[in-house]
Amino acid sequence: MELFNNLVLGFTTAGAPWNLFFCLVGVILGTLIGVLPGIGATATIAMLLPITFQLEPVSSLIMLAGIYYGAQYGGSTTAILINMPGESSSAVTAIDGYQMARKGRAGAALAIAAIGSFFAGTVSTVLVAVFAPPLTAIALKFGSAEYFSLMIVGLVSSIALAHGSVVKALGMVVLGLLLGLVGTDIYTGTPRFNLGILELSDGLNFVALAVGVFGIAEILRNLENEHDRDVMIKKVTNLWPTKQDWKEMTAPILRGTAIGSALGILPGGGAILASFASYTVEKRMSKTPEEFGKGAVAGVAGPESANNAGAQTSFIPMLTLGIPANPVMALMIGAMIIQGIVPGPNVATEQPALFWGIIASMWIGNLMLILLNLPLIGLWVKLLTIPYYMLFPAIIAFCSIGVYSVNSNVFDLYAVAFFGLIGYVLAKLRCEPAPLLLGFVLGPLLEEHLRRAMIMSRGDATTFVTRPISLTLLLLAAAVLVVVLLPSIRKKRDEVFVED
Amino acid sequence: MRKILISLAATATFALASSTAFSQGYPERNITMVVPFAAGGPTDTVTRLVAETMSKDLGQQILVENVGGAGGTLGASQVAKAEADGYTLLLHHIGMATSATLYRKLPYDTLNAFEYVGLVTDVPMTIVSKKDFEAKDLKGLVEYVKANADKISLANAGIGAASHLCGMLFMNEIKVPLVTVPYKGTGPAMTDLLGGQVDLMCDQTTNTTKQIKGGTIKAYAVTSAKRLDALPDVPTVEEAGLPGMQVGIWHGIYAPKGTPTEVTEKLSASLQKALKDPNIIARFAELGTVPVTDAEATPAGLKSKLESEVARWKPIIEAAGQYAD
Repeated sequence: MELFNNLVLGFTTAGAPWNLFFCLVGVILGTLIGVLPGIGATATIAMLLPITFQLEPVSSLIMLAGIYYGAQYGGSTTAILINMPGESSSAVTAIDGYQMARKGRAGAALAIAAIGSFFAGTVSTVLVAVFAPPLTAIALKFGSAEYFSLMIVGLVSSIALAHGSVVKALGMVVLGLLLGLVGTDIYTGTPRFNLGILELSDGLNFVALAVGVFGIAEILRNLENEHDRDVMIKKVTNLWPTKQDWKEMTAPILRGTAIGSALGILPGGGAILASFASYTVEKRMSKTPEEFGKGAVAGVAGPESANNAGAQTSFIPMLTLGIPANPVMALMIGAMIIQGIVPGPNVATEQPALFWGIIASMWIGNLMLILLNLPLIGLWVKLLTIPYYMLFPAIIAFCSIGVYSVNSNVFDLYAVAFFGLIGYVLAKLRCEPAPLLLGFVLGPLLEEHLRRAMIMSRGDATTFVTRPISLTLLLLAAAVLVVVLLPSIRKKRDEVFVED
Repeated sequence: MRKILISLAATATFALASSTAFSQGYPERNITMVVPFAAGGPTDTVTRLVAETMSKDLGQQILVENVGGAGGTLGASQVAKAEADGYTLLLHHIGMATSATLYRKLPYDTLNAFEYVGLVTDVPMTIVSKKDFEAKDLKGLVEYVKANADKISLANAGIGAASHLCGMLFMNEIKVPLVTVPYKGTGPAMTDLLGGQVDLMCDQTTNTTKQIKGGTIKAYAVTSAKRLDALPDVPTVEEAGLPGMQVGIWHGIYAPKGTPTEVTEKLSASLQKALKDPNIIARFAELGTVPVTDAEATPAGLKSKLESEVARWKPIIEAAGQYAD
């Protein structure tokens, strides 16, 4: 009953015309910045912070939250249309989404992403409302040993991201791990591989790397072979998912939602894994795994749902503990402090209208997003018909602005150009960028948690197997490894005499 | 083409005119205030509050720009190299003084690269533990830590962070080296303290006050000279028996070397006015801090603070032997 009263309070707060208006402004802004490659939610929220001074705390937070999950929706648009993911989660969407677009099914891919995101958003909002406190208690049980083992699961699973050679995929993961080492060692303060460049002392910028190896490399490839792109425009068939698509996307959306919701509550880097994990699961569950990487519906539906579910549940640590799970949450906490609300463990009892208002607005915002995005699909697909000699300079200009806006640093633009060339070379060598990005994201986390767990156990490595959650995760990793390797070994045996 | 030439000429004349006469009219356009940390953190919050209030007084908007990285030295070096016209300022905390020792190869000379506007606030620290930690008070804590030094883990938010400095000071005071566990920022460090994965931390009230009040962590002392209104039950370090632990994360506003004195004086006067704004006082109080006095919010006040703090931290950091480069 209390929950019912709270929800009534939440919907009354979020449903006030003024707050509905700011929710709409937030999701529209979010969609826009998500669509513009490179410009992330963090930079936008940072730019908009001064405006929020003038607003009611609830209104400003509803707007900022709208920007955050709006950007999650919008980010998949560029990943699908032009192979340009702006954040780690949409890197996975780019794999099969862009291939769908190349087959003339951009509209269907966008619709599947939006529908999956909406469903996931709805379910995870309910989770946040009903189970936030107990879920927080579980999240706090995760120490560094547990996170390390979780990252191992992620790393092992990453092999499934490749649709070509497993050896090349492993090579890319390792290259990503190595790139992730650039920066300052947090335990000793020693600079590593920074070539004496001060800008590299905090490591490479993820956005610069992703925009380079995916987007710029793709532009270079398209310029080299304009014919390929023509196919994609001429063949645009139906904008909506077919009956067959609906059948293929239902189960992945459900599984993706579950995976994303579970990983999203872990503040130490769980949400990052959500879309990667979902992709792996879908590829393994699929009856046609060979379709993955060539435009599989499940490869878009699962990760997109996981990513949006994770985005919603990552609000849990902030709402129940006042602890930011990612830079966007840190900004929202900053916005609250400026408004005179210092978030902490008691925010739900001290500010019930704010707490439940934000939760209710998440669902309202998700509803607005799907109503906004479905009609826009036709427009986005039309964008592809713009002549490429006009489109690509615009894309490059927008990503440069976006990448620059993250740290206000020109160095990051050189990094984009550099990684664009690297991405082009990798494409020529038929090495895929997705495992590289996963390695880049996981590497630093893996090292951070491994070393922290070892510091805390005073150098005793058994800490990973004596802690039950950690042990369970390691066993899971072993199981995944067996499942992943068996079919490829079998295939190798069959194909060993076949010319490639 | 002619139009372009005319407008170019006009711009040039305007630029010339404005550069000769700028001190009377200052500020004539938006001012950029660089925070050398990510948006959303405690220093960013302080900056935004101050910038917003000073904007009203100066009649020009102060735009906050986050140039994070390398423990704040990236933002500081950017401002050190900026044009000394009063339109680029820096708001930095105690890290300005400690990075002079923590970094052996800084691209700027800490004591000679800046003009001073004034101190802003001095945020106290709190010595805190996980909530089920044995010790009842600071004395008990010190005894317990001395007896179980090999089992205790002391968290901090990364090398050069406020919590790292305070942790060094703590070990220096009790003469017991502890195992320190660095994190990437206060958020994850606080998460592990809440989950009981680490035992101790010493961090700014901006981060700890709400958790202490919520009963999710235990507080032993505040490092200020007086008890805080926000935490009336927590004794000061002096009361609790560690007077040498008095330390604050002071924040100051700087301008590039060569910025005209009229400009820094004007900014300093505006800062003093801003620090009396009831809204700022109320927000600062919620964060567990207070604005500095008029005498400290001056170029001379900041200069002497920076000089004395560089000298204070040099031996402590050198004794710990850990550098950030």
